Amino acid sequence: MIPAIPVDPERRRAVAAALRAVLPARAVLADPEDTRPYECDGLAAYRQLPMVVTLPDDEAQVLAILKVCRELDVPIVPRGAGTGLSGGAQPLADGVVISTARLNRIVRVEPYARTAVVQPGVRNLAISDAAAPFNLYYAPDPSSQIACTIGGNVAENSGGVHCLKYGLTVHNVLRVRVCTIEGDVIELGGDALDAPGLDLLAVFIGSEGMLGIVTEVTVKLVPKPAQAQVIMASFDDVATGGNAVASVIAAGIIPAGLEMMDRTSSRMVEPFVKAGYDLDAAAILLCEADGTALEVAEEIARMTEVLREAGASAITVSQSEAERLRFWSGRKNAFPAAGRISPDYYCMDGTIPRKQLAHVLARIEEMETTFGLRCANVFHAGDGNMHPLILFDANQPGELERAEAFGAAILALCVEVGGTITGEHGVGVEKIDSMCVQFRAQELDAFFAVKRAFDPRMLLNPNKAIPTLNRCAELGSMRVSGGVLPFAHLPRF
Amino acid sequence: MQNIVEHFQECVRAAARDQRPLRVRGGGTKDWYGQRLEGDILATRDYAGIVDYEPTELVITARCGTPLAEVETALAERGQMLAFEPPHFGAGATIGGAIASGLSGPRRANSGAVRDFVLGCKLLDGKGDVLTFGGQVMKNVAGYDVSRLQAGALGTLGLLLEVSVKVLPRAPCEATLVFEGVAEVDAIRRLNEWAGQPLPMSASCWHDGVLALRLSGANAAVDAAIRALGGDVMPDCARFWERLREQQHAFFAGDMPLWRLSVPSTVGAIVLGSAQLIEWGGAQRWLRAPGDAQTAERIRATVRACGGHATLFRGGDKSAGVFQPLARPVAAIHERLKAGFDPAGIFNPGRMY
Repeated sequence: MIPAIPVDPERRRAVAAALRAVLPARAVLADPEDTRPYECDGLAAYRQLPMVVTLPDDEAQVLAILKVCRELDVPIVPRGAGTGLSGGAQPLADGVVISTARLNRIVRVEPYARTAVVQPGVRNLAISDAAAPFNLYYAPDPSSQIACTIGGNVAENSGGVHCLKYGLTVHNVLRVRVCTIEGDVIELGGDALDAPGLDLLAVFIGSEGMLGIVTEVTVKLVPKPAQAQVIMASFDDVATGGNAVASVIAAGIIPAGLEMMDRTSSRMVEPFVKAGYDLDAAAILLCEADGTALEVAEEIARMTEVLREAGASAITVSQSEAERLRFWSGRKNAFPAAGRISPDYYCMDGTIPRKQLAHVLARIEEMETTFGLRCANVFHAGDGNMHPLILFDANQPGELERAEAFGAAILALCVEVGGTITGEHGVGVEKIDSMCVQFRAQELDAFFAVKRAFDPRMLLNPNKAIPTLNRCAELGSMRVSGGVLPFAHLPRF
Repeated sequence: MQNIVEHFQECVRAAARDQRPLRVRGGGTKDWYGQRLEGDILATRDYAGIVDYEPTELVITARCGTPLAEVETALAERGQMLAFEPPHFGAGATIGGAIASGLSGPRRANSGAVRDFVLGCKLLDGKGDVLTFGGQVMKNVAGYDVSRLQAGALGTLGLLLEVSVKVLPRAPCEATLVFEGVAEVDAIRRLNEWAGQPLPMSASCWHDGVLALRLSGANAAVDAAIRALGGDVMPDCARFWERLREQQHAFFAGDMPLWRLSVPSTVGAIVLGSAQLIEWGGAQRWLRAPGDAQTAERIRATVRACGGHATLFRGGDKSAGVFQPLARPVAAIHERLKAGFDPAGIFNPGRMY
């Protein structure tokens, strides 16, 4: 971490004046009192006051902001609800924030076409709420879905606990309308299932606001399953639990949700939510089936048999919707529960091939000793996406630095076993150094080629997600063997 | 295998130095697809073999020259499949070609397209460097998604050396219902209404008054859908869908050029004066019509007005353009991407635009 950079008041005055000349007065915030709420996103340890914040009402105003920024060479940071966990919306001292807060209209829901057209500031859950009267919903359900926006989901390619069966944002967005830095309005994807040319929509989704400003999104809606039921299975050791997940998949079943928690996590959440978890189990697996009543009954029976054969020490099937939600409540409240037992926690997001689970968890346990911090593990078991929660106290000198080093070591381990540093939270500013562990200079060059293809001026959310070669070179000189980063004494932003 | 990669690298570096285009070619089963072929053939068939297949991870990784049939057989042995059901269009089709062509089969509207299943790739770029993007895991947001970009790029951004693809289990139960005497507009309406219900649909085909609907899923789900929807159960349905995928259905016979109309599924009958075959719940429509400039303009204007695009898929002299022209700013992004990955412009120049 580095101290925030002061904003140059002269420059702020000039940029704000240029913006006020083309926007309504209420759409431009320049007073630090007004811009303070924008100084960080969900990665709250990193704070930086933005130079100016803009709140456009429509696409024309977005284009006007881009024009001013282009002419004055001002970098731009797009921002949705600010729930992101990797600092993707962290402002710049010399930059303009474009908030999508007022681009919050559901343009239309089309039940016959099973689509919804929405502005980027619409909340994820609001789309499903609007589609509910038609028995449809928007499938990706990141745990922040009550607050996070579809624009942010597009930027991060967000997932959720049901993405094994229903896919990520990239599988559920049909079209985005984008303002480019050059001032053009382009459409990627479309209302058909494909568009001519290269699949730019696939590249755009997950690009962390670095390629263009989204002004409209068409999402796919899917029929709501009539029913859902969840199995809670206990395992005496983590490896058996991991193998049980493999057995479910091998049996040809794609559960609607497949989540695992280790004992540290279940003991952490149980006093908080009273979900009825087996606190003696080394791992708890939640395994959900959805569909028609007959389908669910058939799948629950098959999964129960597979889990029993795979060595589950106890199996409970939810007998009511209330019980199903109670089983899930612990998993969904893992983060708040961590906040309850520890002053601070640091959530990691690496993904691993699932067969490496037992090995990775054992190594993380060793690291707890190395770094002197506890770690609770929740795991999207179906797709290998881990969320180790490192518990620490930022008020204790050195603990934040140790937590960051612990996190970087976990990410290096994920790469070492064939995985990736981020499954769904994005790189942002948080994991930018870990990108140097996962990619070589040639690939980073290619990423910059993509960046320049959309944003030749390099003004959109610069210095996020993709590290420069210089940055990696500096980092490389301090890397130790085994891919484990040493304590981060150097500035990291 | 390493020496084959080195050979590819030498070819690419020499081609870049001499400004000689390369034509990347797997099984050659889709040579007819795309705008034009140019350059010395860079044959990928020898760079073959399944590198890794973990059924319980739902991922297969294969070298580009691996026969598509070999991949499908390996998956079938473990009760799995490529859910985008790629067409082969010939005996020698390779997995590299299946990804690069970006063509998806009958299951596309329900399971997803090629791009939805690409998880990672190794790409030989225009400088002769081997780049690795994505990986073998399903969730990965580190860096831009360059792997999915390769699906349908027709090899214009580089040589796809190796791909990792998500696979899915085959459904325990599959059946096809046939409805006779269904008018085009009624078929489109029914398909869209059904798609809004939790039915286990996995493919559809309407042509000449006959609507076929495939159901795939749990036994209970398929049985219930058969009872709810009515229609006649088609015997030996696997063959029907395979022939449809391979365009061996009688509709595809003959020399008249074949147009592919990709439109919103809800668009009503598109009247263009000749017979159509409708797939993907209404979202993919095949049309037999001449490929001359005047016809092409009429088809494209009509389809554009419907919110879709038209491809001169097969046949014709291609002078009217195979693919629908791009908006200028989008075309500019294409050009810059091409220049970034392939600065000398040697990979399959002109195959797309």
